[in-house]
Amino acid sequence: MTGMLIGLAVIAVIIIAVVVMYNGLIKARTYTEESWSQIDVQLKRRNDLIPNLVNTVKGYATHEKETLSRVVQLRNQLVDQTSNPNPTTDQREKMMETSNQITDSLKSIFALSENYPDLKANQEFTKLMEELTNTENKIAYSRQLFNSSVASYNIKLQSFPSNLIAKMGNFQQVNYLQVPEEETKAPSVSFDK
Amino acid sequence: MLYQQIASNKRKTIYVMIGFAILVLFIGAAVGYVFYNSAMAGVVMAAVIAAIYMGMMIANSTNVVMGMNHATEVNESSYPELWHIVEDMALVAKIPMPKVYIVDDPSPNAFATGNSPKNAAVAVTTGILSRLNREELEGVIGHEVSHIRNYDIRLSTIALALSSAIAMLVNLGMNSFWWGGGRRRSNDDNDNGGLEIILMLLSLVLVILGPIATTIAQLALSRNREYLADASSVELTRNPLGLINALRKISTSEPMKAADPSSAALYISDPFKKKRSMAHLFDTHPPIEDRIQRLEKM
Repeated sequence: MTGMLIGLAVIAVIIIAVVVMYNGLIKARTYTEESWSQIDVQLKRRNDLIPNLVNTVKGYATHEKETLSRVVQLRNQLVDQTSNPNPTTDQREKMMETSNQITDSLKSIFALSENYPDLKANQEFTKLMEELTNTENKIAYSRQLFNSSVASYNIKLQSFPSNLIAKMGNFQQVNYLQVPEEETKAPSVSFDK
Repeated sequence: MLYQQIASNKRKTIYVMIGFAILVLFIGAAVGYVFYNSAMAGVVMAAVIAAIYMGMMIANSTNVVMGMNHATEVNESSYPELWHIVEDMALVAKIPMPKVYIVDDPSPNAFATGNSPKNAAVAVTTGILSRLNREELEGVIGHEVSHIRNYDIRLSTIALALSSAIAMLVNLGMNSFWWGGGRRRSNDDNDNGGLEIILMLLSLVLVILGPIATTIAQLALSRNREYLADASSVELTRNPLGLINALRKISTSEPMKAADPSSAALYISDPFKKKRSMAHLFDTHPPIEDRIQRLEKM
């Protein structure tokens, strides 16, 4: 009788442990998806802002057609890339690559604004500059958040005993987003210097 | 490490509350005995005043503290850069967006307050906005947001409420002593003079030292938390240099005018720039040089 009770208790404890670990894995995985969508929101927001920027700059900086068309082209490329609601790791990497290129060309647009005092004095332009700086920084910070949530998810996948549950539930490892060399130093971008 | 720190902060809040509450009642008894000739009356008065202050603080600490420091709430459209930085830091620290306040003061400084991350606020001076660049401001806001995430704000809010209650109590007693005075003297003809004099002296000592003791306790609590918030800030921004430069700029500036003395411990750096006391007992913050040194090692 007591033997059976002990057996039942052990089974109950095991079941509870399995449920808790399974839920923990689901939670961690959902969190990585959520933090990816944070990045996605900011990428799309920047895609919306770039045409406004180009329109504002066009009127003042007539000699900079090349820089402007490059940013528009990259932006359109990113719009295509972000249209997939469930991107694979490869697609994510490609999106981040385009995003980095956009960051660079935005930097050069803000740098060339130094040559056009009228543009720099334009209120619409200063507003856009702050908005874009904001999205740039948010992209950097949500990438940091994504990587830290991926780290805690992957640790769960690999450590015992939750790795057993992960195998049974077919949980897949998520890859980190690679950070380009220069950005590892300081994630924050400031155009206003 | 961080979670342990948060748990220990929540636990310490309870110890601080109990310790402070006992001290408040003792000081109340002393004030009652010295100024009103009845220890019991003092205890009741202390309990009522402390209850009112605590209630006020717990119900809406943000408004009270912001009011004491002459801060006004702002929104995204009036201070876009500041707003966006607070948003960024709240995002990485995984806390809800706090309210944002501005203190109109040319001296650069900042503080955070509230009961919990859900109900928190950060305030910065106009001076900090004009002197710091974006990276430096990020370091400062990262520091304040860390105070919120680590529950330092709850601990310091409760400590602030109780030390204000003690200050209020002693002031009340002093006032009635000067203006309603003489009540005490009429009893001096009593025979049991010896015991009464000792009690009287003890009470006076308590009345004088009480506020000092609470200040020391409040400050010790606050000093240790600054190092942790500095480290957490760097964890959020990944950019120690921003905070280092911000601290340098803040340390070489003039003192604040708008700050409230009892909330000095809340600020990122001592708003009054007092000379360092020998034993560092009255410092609200660790020396800035020490903080910079620790950041440089990161």
